[in-house]
Amino acid sequence: MSSNNNLLVKLNNAGYHHNDKWLVKGVSLSVEKGKIVTLIGPNGSGKSTTAKIALGIYKKIDGEVEKYTNKVGYVPQKISIDWTLPLRVHDFMLLTENLKDEAINEALSLTGVIHLKDKNLGNLSGGEFQRVLLARAISKKPELLVLDEPVQGVDFTGEIALYELIKKISDELNCGILLISHDLHTVMSATDYVVCLNGHVCCSGSPIDVAKNNEYKALFGEQASQILSRYEHKHDHVHTNEGEIKKN
Amino acid sequence: MFDDFFIRALVAGLGVAFVTGPLGCFVVWRRLSYFGDTLAHSALLGVTLAYSLELNIAFSVFIISSLIALILIQLQKRTNLPGDALLGLLAHSSLAVGLVVIGFLTFIRFDIMGLLFGDILAVTTDDLLIIWIGGALILLVLKLIWKPLFASTVNYELAEAEGLNPDRAKAIFTILMAAIIAISIKMVGLLLITGMLIIPAAMARNISDSPQKMVIYSIIGGLLSVVIGLFSSLEFNTSSGPSIIAASLFLFILSLLNIKQSIKLKN
Repeated sequence: MSSNNNLLVKLNNAGYHHNDKWLVKGVSLSVEKGKIVTLIGPNGSGKSTTAKIALGIYKKIDGEVEKYTNKVGYVPQKISIDWTLPLRVHDFMLLTENLKDEAINEALSLTGVIHLKDKNLGNLSGGEFQRVLLARAISKKPELLVLDEPVQGVDFTGEIALYELIKKISDELNCGILLISHDLHTVMSATDYVVCLNGHVCCSGSPIDVAKNNEYKALFGEQASQILSRYEHKHDHVHTNEGEIKKN
Repeated sequence: MFDDFFIRALVAGLGVAFVTGPLGCFVVWRRLSYFGDTLAHSALLGVTLAYSLELNIAFSVFIISSLIALILIQLQKRTNLPGDALLGLLAHSSLAVGLVVIGFLTFIRFDIMGLLFGDILAVTTDDLLIIWIGGALILLVLKLIWKPLFASTVNYELAEAEGLNPDRAKAIFTILMAAIIAISIKMVGLLLITGMLIIPAAMARNISDSPQKMVIYSIIGGLLSVVIGLFSSLEFNTSSGPSIIAASLFLFILSLLNIKQSIKLKN
């Protein structure tokens, strides 16, 4: 993957420790344009930490991060907004980027919350807020999207629709996505590369490769392995050694 | 026109209100009222320094307040004491040291009350220049750092992740705080400057539904407070600072009526 123009962010043996405790260690991965890389792993395995390392939020890290883009959209796992701020959805959309009104409307329509545009952010439900967060991240047409549990609290039908939207965005904008999710079913069908974390990278590769991996089976159980394998038939392309995609 | 002390005070106060409006919103949003207090208390030390070294008051207050802000940041990094304890430590020790130093400067006649609560008679034409030019500079810088500062006020990690450099914005904002205290100390006095920052912004919060509106209402509230406060200070022969702050409190109470109405609406 060296000298690759499509490279957006690359972690090289990266790790982060806080209060003498390693949150995650020895992670190497890269996100390229048009690819979806998914981080999976149990609670406390360092998924969010890895995302924050990739984003440059954590500065004192071990190893290296190479970031090749500044057009980043981020949906954090947890966000605490202080309600001493009078903030409408519309203001929130303009938080990090000066957007035209059409761009705001388009993004809010895509995630199905255009009707909330003038509502106060504090009055939204969890699921509505999550949709606004996703809309904000995609509205600036980023090159790199980092989505940390982007559909938490969203209703079941909405969840599927939003994952389809994420896949569509990745194709249309040709942006790279670093996705963190617990939902093996929905995610795996669209993922190009899976990194399974448990304080370190326990295994990584295409969803099928990971599903066959014994460490993955030990971590998630046999059933989870079958979930991944089921999506095998949906792949209409193979990855060559150079990292290119070849359609079957 | 500026010969009249009252006109000078009015022009000075309006200049201060234009700046405290937007800065005050950030003080409320970022919960910095005690930080503002600490910087203001340390201003006394700045004033004594100005008198003993014959420096400009605004300049030396700015230097001392910035220095205290720097010390605070260092203490936060190096000790395990909570933020409010550090703020109290710096606020009261710098106030105390300032007062002790005044005791030594027996050759200068100090108007302590004027320093603490503001003195409209003390505003000179030079002060007007400092307030309006300094104020314009503060507003310009605030405009430049608005995006990263506001984004990191809403959520630090989002701002950092999307490349807005919130740490730099925060450092610059700290300097702006020292600057507003430096230029407004003569008008409002060092015990009441934080009130000038917070009360109009708090009033604005009650009647606004977006950050921009809050900033605008906060400025209007500050301007009104200055006008009402100064006229009543002339009428009743009271100190300028307390009169302005009392006027802003009056506006705040009025804004509470608006909240009551909106609660009724929801029910």
